[in-house]
Formats: sequence, structure tokens, C-alpha cells
Amino acid sequence: MRAGRVDFGGIIKEINLAFVPEASVGDHVLVHVGFAITVIDETEAQRVFLYLREIGEFVENEAVKL
Amino acid sequence: MQLAHGGGGRAMKQLIDLIIRPAFADPELDRCHDGAALAVDGPVAFTTDSYVVRPIIFPGGDIGSLAVNGTVNDLAMCGARPLYLSVGLILEEGLPIDTLRRVLASMHKAASAAGVRLVTGDTKVVDHGKADRIFVNTAGLGRIVAPTPIGPSSVRAGDAVILSGDIGRHGIAVMAAREGFGFETTIESDCAAVTNPVLALLEEGIAVHCLRDLTRGGLASAAVEIAETAGLAIVLDERAVPVRDDVAAACELLGFDPLHVANEGRFIAFVAPEDADRAVEVLRHHPVSAEALVAGWVEHGPSGRVSCRGALGVMRAIDMLSGEQLPRIC
Amino acid sequence: MKFRDEYRDGVTARRFAAAIARVVTRPWTLMEVCGGQTHAIVRFGIDELLPPGLTLVHGPGCPVCVTPVEYIDKAIEIARRPEVILCSFGDMLRVPGTDGDLFTAKSRGADVRIIYSPLDALAIARAAPTREVVFFAVGFETTAPANAMAAYRAKQENFRNFSMLVSHVLVPPAMCSLLEAPGTRVQGFLAAGHVCTVMGFRQYEPIAARFGVPIVVTGFEPLDILQGIFMCVCQLERGRAVVENQYSRSVRRDGNGPAQEIMREVFQVVPRRWRGIGDIVESGLGLAESYGDFDAERRFGTVITDEEMATECISGLVLRGEHKPPDCPAFGTRCTPERPLGVTMVSSEGACAAYYRYRGARIPTVGGR
Repeated sequence: MRAGRVDFGGIIKEINLAFVPEASVGDHVLVHVGFAITVIDETEAQRVFLYLREIGEFVENEAVKL
Repeated sequence: MQLAHGGGGRAMKQLIDLIIRPAFADPELDRCHDGAALAVDGPVAFTTDSYVVRPIIFPGGDIGSLAVNGTVNDLAMCGARPLYLSVGLILEEGLPIDTLRRVLASMHKAASAAGVRLVTGDTKVVDHGKADRIFVNTAGLGRIVAPTPIGPSSVRAGDAVILSGDIGRHGIAVMAAREGFGFETTIESDCAAVTNPVLALLEEGIAVHCLRDLTRGGLASAAVEIAETAGLAIVLDERAVPVRDDVAAACELLGFDPLHVANEGRFIAFVAPEDADRAVEVLRHHPVSAEALVAGWVEHGPSGRVSCRGALGVMRAIDMLSGEQLPRIC
Repeated sequence: MKFRDEYRDGVTARRFAAAIARVVTRPWTLMEVCGGQTHAIVRFGIDELLPPGLTLVHGPGCPVCVTPVEYIDKAIEIARRPEVILCSFGDMLRVPGTDGDLFTAKSRGADVRIIYSPLDALAIARAAPTREVVFFAVGFETTAPANAMAAYRAKQENFRNFSMLVSHVLVPPAMCSLLEAPGTRVQGFLAAGHVCTVMGFRQYEPIAARFGVPIVVTGFEPLDILQGIFMCVCQLERGRAVVENQYSRSVRRDGNGPAQEIMREVFQVVPRRWRGIGDIVESGLGLAESYGDFDAERRFGTVITDEEMATECISGLVLRGEHKPPDCPAFGTRCTPERPLGVTMVSSEGACAAYYRYRGARIPTVGGR
């Protein structure tokens, strides 16, 4: 079974990669009970911060209409 | 190690004469008497603690250094200069002699570093399966040097809570060393004697009201115990409490709160507010407390209430650890 | 640490909270269905940053909490057999059955071991060929692929001394059951990000449409949860009810294909009783017929247990989001993590345990019902 060493901020653990065939060295993965269940999308990860910037304007413009 | 080594006969004498006494190298032990005859001036602090850590050897220490530093630290928390320790060993049949040698050497090293002498002891051997390799009891005697009583009843509202450094390393190091977790880490236990910084606080004339070492149950349990005994409330600032990244990561993985994780070389000091900055300054001169900081304050409030300002600035309650720390599943 | 610290930033969190306050014009009640989110909400005090009238209720998001008492009893019964090594995730050990918990069984000599990953149970079975290793497999969809993998490997490698006691549960049927209940308070859902990482969120689209509730797939960090709340409240204010994905860094619409494949291979959908809630059709996973040889219930025979005893515990109402933990007269007095009356006080994912741990028995909650 495909496995890999995953670094959790300084703790390294052998993690099963059977469910993330697309994962390659250097990717960030989400791990649950010893299995990686997804590769984290770095671009999407920034969305929460961009979103806040957008809603800053949205809230100013739209709140009154709601 | 065989049962005969605890049987009171020739084998036991050989164990003591060839392994234990030479390891501790103290003239008081070499008198080969039933007890140590000691002279101490003035008031003394007297404490005892038993050590059953598993595994007995872990990154950053072993049961020997733990047993010496733990009891030395308990004396320091009484505002005392540690002087003498006793060592009670309970050994499991089958324990390799080399493991025993290593633990004894480590006790001697820790005692020398803390300036304390190992002056009396006892050894028992129990059947295989009746102990977990080696259990150690250390009792300690120290001379009280604090000018005023140190303890929870001396804590006053307004006191600063000073934390001697980052938290959680001992608990995580021991956990990671246990089979089954499969961690690779460089985390070492913080196991160390804190005598020097504590004595330095007293020598500098800082009004130390209370001291508490952060062992099992961590910073949270120590704070709650003191708040309950003192009949006051404590507010901690979680954002100020240093937790190393790898320790924080291990806590996330296991579902632990770093505030509950064990330490063996950390303490909190309650000092008068006007002494807070100077106390931090004094502590920072010592390697074991180089990252000391003010972590919170004592307040009037419901007795025993400890709260803490978290990452988002919202207050939450802090309680003692409930039950045993269990890894959680998601 | 990356993907953690930046999602816990206090300044950004307060800006989100301010944005939420600006768009809210009337009271709304949202439910999260994940113990990890409940834990984060209470630990970080996210509910206390919200405007008055916006209420978060905590759903049946803790797999340990909803595991029916008969399975705990079965696990204890099996663990008591001298040849058995019972492997379990740590949280299960203190969950009370009708007569004690697995910890008690362990203290009386049963060989009960805490494992971190399902594959650890296989490793134990490999190392102890003369023992019967039983893995107590519980969890939501998040844990199911990993548990399925243990059964799959056991079959591939022809293990004779390994079996699983399976009590898996599925989130969407539970959400439907809550929404079908008369007088439900829930107006919008934060769906569990990790469950959706595995399953995707297509399953939620018919639920949003049928019941007219917005569902926002949400992550676990404070900023994730605040953004999820914002998105959900915006839908409510505009009268919309669709599925949105806040947790897009982990969740894709179709979920994780290989993980779903192994779930289909090993498990089948079964009816399941949820502790505190009752029977819900097609809400569980059990071993598929082709994995019957690895079914601990078959291997050790069925165990008949008594009905759960009635107590003053309101955990069923807490699990349905009808009450918050401090509403219970026993909370923090007759019921504590040391002496729990109900399972929501036992598991660290349980809502009562989270309130007790982070709010304390003595501190009244703010902003709750």
C-alpha cells in the first residue's frame, strides 16, 4: 500500500496514501486515523482571506438592501 | 535481576556493594549503616514522591533523572535548598543489570547537577509481572531559605503568575516514546532541576508568594489547585503561554490541550505585581527558565476559578484534567 | 503551523463576526453536525462573537456519542473472552454500557488496547496469531474508508484471527431525521468538512431543496466556522437554500473516489439505532455479505442486552439540538466527565464535555438559549 512520511509541524508519522493517488512529495494532505483523505488545494486555502476582503465591500454595499 | 537480589543474602549484598553504592559514590552510603546521620540548621522541608513512568528511558531523561529532579523540584517549591535524598528501588525480576546501571548513573548525574546528595536507600526485587521494570521512590530533605512562608495561602489578588518556560514537552516526549503511536520527533522531555532559578529569586529579595512545579495535569491543574486553596481566581493569557510548534502539533494529533500536558522542569511563581518584571529578568538568566514570562494574574473572584483568554480573545474556563488523556478519533 | 495558525487569527475572526452582525436582521438557528466543530466553537468561544439572536445548536456530530448501548455491551462481552484482544479508538473506552465501560473491563483483566489507526489492529493481529483480535469500528463517513481498508487488507492477506464489530453511521440520513421531526428549530446547517472530504456534497443538494434549508460545507478552524456561518446566514437572509462549499481547500463536489470505492467494496448500508435519537433507516454501515467472515457479531454470536436505563440525562435532546448542555439540571453537578450520566459528557467530541471543559460548571454561558 502506498505510504509516505507526513510532517505535522515537526512531528513525523508514516501515513497511508492509498486514498490520495495524486499526492506527491511536498503536497499538504489532510490526515484522519492514519490515512490521508485529501490533498489540500493551496489556492483554495487562500479563499477565506480573499472572501473576507470581498464581503468587506459586500457588507458595505448590500447590507442595507437585505 | 533475580529475586535473590532482593532476598537479604549474599546476592543482595553484591548488588548493593558492586552496583548501587559505587554508582552514587557518597561517603554517607559507604558507612554501610541502617540510615544516614545528618546535621541541618534551621527549618527543613521534607518531601517524597514515587516514579512509575513508562517507558523508563525516554528522550531527554529516564526514570532516574526524573526521580531526582522531581523531588529536588518539590523541595525548591517549598523555598528550600535541596540537601539530601533517599532512594527506594523496586526492581522487577528480569530487569537487565545494564538498565539498572544506566538509571543509577543518571540519578547520580542529576543529583550532582542539583547539588544534592543521595545518602540512604533501599532495594526490593519483586516477581516478574508484579512491577513494570523499575519503580523509584525518592524522599528529600532541604533547608528552607525563603524568608516568608511560600504556599497557596500566601497568594494575594493582584499577584503575577510567572511561567518559567514552554510547556508540554515531557508529556509528549514520553507519549511519543511509547509503542503504538509511531511518531518521529525531536521533542525531548524538559526534565531538569529548577533549584537555581528558584534560589536566585529568593536571593534577589523578590516577594515570592507561592511556587508550584507543573507536573502531571500540566499548567491547568496547577493553577486550579492553587486558586482553590487560595480562595481566589486566576486569569491566564493563552496567547502568551509558549508551546513549541512540534508539541502543539502532537497535541492536535492526539486531541490534547497543551495546558493539561505534563512537564518535569517547569514551574509557576506567584509574585507581588511590583516584582513581576524583575522576577522575569532574574529567571531569564538561568538556562532552564530562559523563556520565563508573565502568563497571568490573580484576581478576586469565585474561589478556584481559572479562566484564560484564548486565540480569538474570548475567555474560556480552565479545569483540571478529567480522567486520563485519551487519544481521540477525530 | 501552516493551515492552522492563520485560521485562528483573532483580528480576522472579529472582522468576520462584524460582517455577520451587519447582515443579520432577525434571529436564526444553525446546527453544526460535527463534534470537531462543536469542540472548536466552544473552545474558541465563537458563539460569543456572534450577534444576539444568532444561535448555534450542536447536532449528533460525535460518532462515539451515538454508538448504541447494545454495541458497547457487545464490545465489553467480547473483550471479556480470554482469547480476545479488543482494539478501539481511545474515546470509546469510557462510554458507559448497561453495566460499566471498556475501561472497567480492562481493569478487570480484559485485553483492551487503544489504537490510533485501524491498520494498527491488523498489526496486532499479525503479531499475535494465537489471539482473536477484534476491532471496534465506529465513526462517520470520515473514518469509514480507513476502517474499510482494515477489513479489505484482512481479506486480501487471509487473516484468520481478525474481525470487526462495526457500528458506522451516516450523516445525511440523520440530518433528514432531524428536519422531519415536528417543531425542529434548525434553519440552516454547517455540514461537516471532513465527512464531505470523503463523500463530497452531492448528497446534500436534495436535502437543501426538499427541506428548504441552506447547507454550508464547513471546515474546523475558527475562521472556517465563522465564514461558514456568514455564508449560511446570507442565504437565510436572502431566502435561499442551496449547498455551498466553504471548505474548498479540502472538499470537492464528488469527494474522494478511491475512498468511496473501498467503502462500497467492504460495507453495505443498514438501518442503525442512534443512541439518544432512535432508529433511523439506512443510516448506518455494516460489513457487506462478502466480508461476513470478518464480522465479529457472527464470529462470537449475538449478545442480547437490556434496554438503556432511564436517567435524568437529556443527552438525546442535546444530540438533536433541542437543548444546550447547561440546560440540563444535572450538568456540572451530578454529571461530570468523571461521573458521566450520559455519553455526550464522556467523549471529548461530545457537546456536554466541550461545555464542561471550556465553560466550566460554574460559569454561566452567554448567548445560548
